[in-house]
Amino acid sequence: MAKVRVQREDFDPGAEAGALAHGRTDIGAVVSFIGYCRDEGGSLAALELEHYPGMAEEEVARAASEAEARWPLLGATVIHRYGRITPGERIVFVAVAAAHRGAAFAAAEMLMDYLKTRAPFWKRAIRSDGAVEGWIESKQEDDRSAARWSAAAD
Amino acid sequence: MKALYFAWVRERVGTAEEELSPPSTVETVGDLIAWLCERGEGYAHAFDKPAAVRAALDRVHARSDASITGVKEVAFFPPMTGG
Repeated sequence: MAKVRVQREDFDPGAEAGALAHGRTDIGAVVSFIGYCRDEGGSLAALELEHYPGMAEEEVARAASEAEARWPLLGATVIHRYGRITPGERIVFVAVAAAHRGAAFAAAEMLMDYLKTRAPFWKRAIRSDGAVEGWIESKQEDDRSAARWSAAAD
Repeated sequence: MKALYFAWVRERVGTAEEELSPPSTVETVGDLIAWLCERGEGYAHAFDKPAAVRAALDRVHARSDASITGVKEVAFFPPMTGG
């Protein structure tokens, strides 16, 4: 059963990854991913992340259930922040534990792909001059990445 | 049913949440969008490119041909950009 958190505050990636394996002797691999707020060209003041409370947690949990059905996982943690996030700050965390690295790498990648395309979060850019640039558009590249997993399941 | 709007769909509609009582002839998500578009310019603007708006029924992603019968909460939003 995956641990899913949607929160305004930052998180401690080391502690979260460590907690997955703490006290266990059956885990051989923990793969973790941290997504950061990135500034392209020095003009971004912040991102504003809006989410759909309730559905965001449920959708991430559904993605985690799909990953658990697909690979022999021994634990997973997903954290996604919302609210105002400035460049250099962490936005998202995915960590997956398994007996072997193959399942952990694959499940972590699938979870991130699903998170980007299915979890109800929306980003808006705030520029350094105070201008609100508007909502960031979804990328076809992300849809293609996510589609890999459903195609492979058929 | 309760309707929720997010991101630019919310901005165009002009509200984050409202109560809707569509007539019984409104059976699907697509019907609901067409019915909403008749309610005002904000709705028509929000749904002017139907493929650009996603829907969820009781917090589960739904297609435009999905039935809204018995649904308590419908949500409309742009394609997701989290992660």
